[in-house]
Amino acid sequence: MNMDPSEPNLLAWTIYLSFLGALGVMCVPRGKARAARIVALGTALAGLGIGLGVAVDWSPAPELVPLVNVEWVQALGIRFHLGFDGISLTLVLLTGIAAVAGVLFSWNIEHRTKEFFAFFLVLIGAVYGVFLSFDLFLLFVFYEIAIIPKYFLIAIWGSTRKEYGAMKLALYSLVGSGMVLIGMIAAWAVAGGQTFDLVSLGQHPFPVAFQKWAFPLVFVGFAILAGLWPFHTWAPTGHVAAPTAASMLLAGVIMKLGAYGCLRVAMVLFPQGLLLWQHEVALLAVIGIVYGASVALVQKDFKFVIGYSSVSHMGFVLLGLATLDAVGLTGAVLQMFSHGVIAGLLFAVVGRMVYDRTHTRDFADLEGMRLDKMLPFAAVTFVIAGVASMGLPGFSGFVAELQVLIGAWNAFPTLAVIAGVGILVGVAYTLRAVHHAFFGDADAAPPAESMPLPPISVPERMGAALLILATLAVGLYPRLLLDFIDPALRGPMFDGLRAVMKGGTW
Amino acid sequence: MVSELSYLEILRLALPETALVITALVVLASDLLALRKDSLSVRLGFCASLAVLGCVAAGVLLVMASGAGDVGGGMFVVTPLIRLVKLGVLAMAVPALLVSAQGRFTTHAGEYVALILFAVVGMMFLVSAEDLLMVFVALEMTSLSLYVLTAFHKREVGSAEAALKYFLFGGMSAALALFGFSLLYGLTGSTNLNEMAQGVGVHASDPLLVVALIGVLAGLGFKVAVVPFHLWAPDVYQGAPTPSAALIATGSKVASFFILAKLMMVGLAGSEGSAAWGRYGSGWVLALAIAAAASMILGNLAALAQSSVKRLLAYSAIAHAGYVSLAILSNDSAGLTALLYYVFVYGLATMGAFAVVSVVEQQTGGDRLEDFTGLARRAPVLALGLLVFLLSLAGIPPLAGFFGKFYVFAAAAGAEAGLGLFWLVILGIAMSVVSLYYYLMVLKRAYVQEPGEEVAKFRVNGVATATVAILALAVVILGCFPDWILHRIATALG
Repeated sequence: MNMDPSEPNLLAWTIYLSFLGALGVMCVPRGKARAARIVALGTALAGLGIGLGVAVDWSPAPELVPLVNVEWVQALGIRFHLGFDGISLTLVLLTGIAAVAGVLFSWNIEHRTKEFFAFFLVLIGAVYGVFLSFDLFLLFVFYEIAIIPKYFLIAIWGSTRKEYGAMKLALYSLVGSGMVLIGMIAAWAVAGGQTFDLVSLGQHPFPVAFQKWAFPLVFVGFAILAGLWPFHTWAPTGHVAAPTAASMLLAGVIMKLGAYGCLRVAMVLFPQGLLLWQHEVALLAVIGIVYGASVALVQKDFKFVIGYSSVSHMGFVLLGLATLDAVGLTGAVLQMFSHGVIAGLLFAVVGRMVYDRTHTRDFADLEGMRLDKMLPFAAVTFVIAGVASMGLPGFSGFVAELQVLIGAWNAFPTLAVIAGVGILVGVAYTLRAVHHAFFGDADAAPPAESMPLPPISVPERMGAALLILATLAVGLYPRLLLDFIDPALRGPMFDGLRAVMKGGTW
Repeated sequence: MVSELSYLEILRLALPETALVITALVVLASDLLALRKDSLSVRLGFCASLAVLGCVAAGVLLVMASGAGDVGGGMFVVTPLIRLVKLGVLAMAVPALLVSAQGRFTTHAGEYVALILFAVVGMMFLVSAEDLLMVFVALEMTSLSLYVLTAFHKREVGSAEAALKYFLFGGMSAALALFGFSLLYGLTGSTNLNEMAQGVGVHASDPLLVVALIGVLAGLGFKVAVVPFHLWAPDVYQGAPTPSAALIATGSKVASFFILAKLMMVGLAGSEGSAAWGRYGSGWVLALAIAAAASMILGNLAALAQSSVKRLLAYSAIAHAGYVSLAILSNDSAGLTALLYYVFVYGLATMGAFAVVSVVEQQTGGDRLEDFTGLARRAPVLALGLLVFLLSLAGIPPLAGFFGKFYVFAAAAGAEAGLGLFWLVILGIAMSVVSLYYYLMVLKRAYVQEPGEEVAKFRVNGVATATVAILALAVVILGCFPDWILHRIATALG
């Protein structure tokens, strides 16, 4: 085994290491919570390190870089095929960042610590797996593995209606993956029943009549997890019920699994289908943007604001995908990364920094607490995250949403304008949340009788710094990621998609 | 015909079965003659260990044997595939014996263990049968042993009630099956499946054939518990002693599904009909498709409402019988391979779940959902095992149940040109989404809810823990490397 970090094959180890880390955490003796945390942090850091190492060394090319490709189930033509291109790598980096930040923000978990980190790492491993799989069956396996840890993370360690939120999320996910499974088996059978290889299936000319029903099935199946309106309702309840690290992962990475599946599977396999359904998808995405933002504007619970804002921001990803425009598609992928980082940061502030200390998320209670004085670090972090989330220049969200809007303007100008309105509402709900949560009653003195809140701990500061750094780096120098994403979209895998694009902007 | 029989050949082919019968007799004798004075746990432990050794010996004989043989024109057939299925039946019998060694429901240790072995011998004969007469005899041999095994919890009213229901339903369906068999013989002039198939092809449109088909389906549908022949299952699973229920749910399923597939694919070849959407044609495929669809719907929906875990497993078994029937509908070698893989890994997971239920029952006195509360704290290994078994049944990767379902669905999708059977695939996938809910309800009890302060950890003995652990490991490994079994089935199929 070549352990040289410049070796791209090492990227497959992000998956294996996460699962091994989960095993390792389980083996930590009972009562040694600290050891479990350190193993988990080590595993997450190793994953991020590998991702960064490969990203620094790799010179972007449109072709798929193979990692592992061996026979798995001969009878059905299933192969254990891992590989990566620029899109995969971008999302692997995001997963690494979210994993490290998630562990740091879960440092205070004392209840069943071992199990928490074991489930957490299984989830991370499955996410890496989805992003690196180039066999449809394998991708689906990883996609489904992610469902169960989510359920337990929320049901055991969550808050507000946790069992309801967890079951809702699990069932929504499974309904989505059931739809994907139906489309996947149908595609396999129609293509001759020989292979599940994504590239080969992408080159198979599926009949248009077949694509007409298979595309919406698979696309919506994946998009349920990406928060597509009106199938988004799991997202706010799930996010609110989840413990901090799980909501960071849910919004940060899991929703991206859905969007990634839409792009990598539904759109690559059935480009004609997308052409037929383009306007419907875009319409739903824009409704999601405006609806999510408007609902966020009237929430009383701090975490629900962020939950609905995720629906709104993910709408941009789906809108970008539907544009069938080079700029829009690039923006969609960039928005996946950007929203992953920013949503993670927002949930970290709400869930860990504020709720774990004040035990309330109600704006009415928070207003009287003068958290800007009590928790200045949290206030600053939230303002930064909020500004990034609004899409101010200098942060990753700006570049991403701008590209999506440009793409949308080329494809459907009216919808682009409406989506622009969604951005304005986004500014409003973010400022409202900042105001109510941190700078509430300016005249009121900090309540004297209340206990002093515990100060922001070192792991929290490190986690916040990591996430802020990531959004700033991409915001100030977007080519960091665009150099990965652009060539990937020119790759042979997207030939079919390029063929249906009008004007040929590529 | 009879003069041509070589008894030495019979003995050679039936050596594994012979070994099991001898073991059963030795178990009976040693319990009755030598162990009278010992405590129940010693007697059960001894008898069960002896029986496990017998099963292992039979398994070794199966593995060592090679070639194929046929006695009496289909009366007792041995091929590599049949040997493989018999190994599968034995693989179910061993954990059932280990679980029964922990049981405290009977004082008749020798009889109980011997009956399990007799039931297993019946299943093995069933697998080897390619003649209607022998199918019926072997079915009855299996059923009679299982009726008694169900009634073994003598102090429990539920056990007697379950056995009576099982017996009445079983007797009725056996009569229907015999009626169907006699019609088939009348139509085709043969009881041998291969010869019968030629006659069936000629009479494909004969209404009598439809009657015969219904009779045969009733007889075997009862064994595999597909709707509408499923009514006995919930009561038997709940009332029977847990090891008996486990054997009924696993070993008996493996053998019965194999013979059902053989009867349909070989014996009734020529009267398939069609279940393709909009292109229906009367025949066994259509009849079985209706039964499969009804089983998937009813089994999964009824399971939602259960509060007894054994009843829940019974309804889940009905649902799974629907999925397996889907594999038979493919009517090709991919379908048969999918069926064998599915039914085997289903058996492993169900056996494991029953092993956990058995321990929980002993420690808490019941199998209701409440009794599983906090299992993750009280018995971590058992809880992890239960997680693996139930998620495998729900079809979550990378566990074996997922690949089983996937293969069945893929085989059904690829079987008929133009995705004819795809409506059943869609139904199956939709219903397996439903199934996750009730499996999660059990796991929620075990993992999410905390036990009260006063409840202690379980005292679980090593054998029970090891049984659960090995079964769980098998479910994980077979899920990650399905080719290991698929390759063997493919080789055996030739």
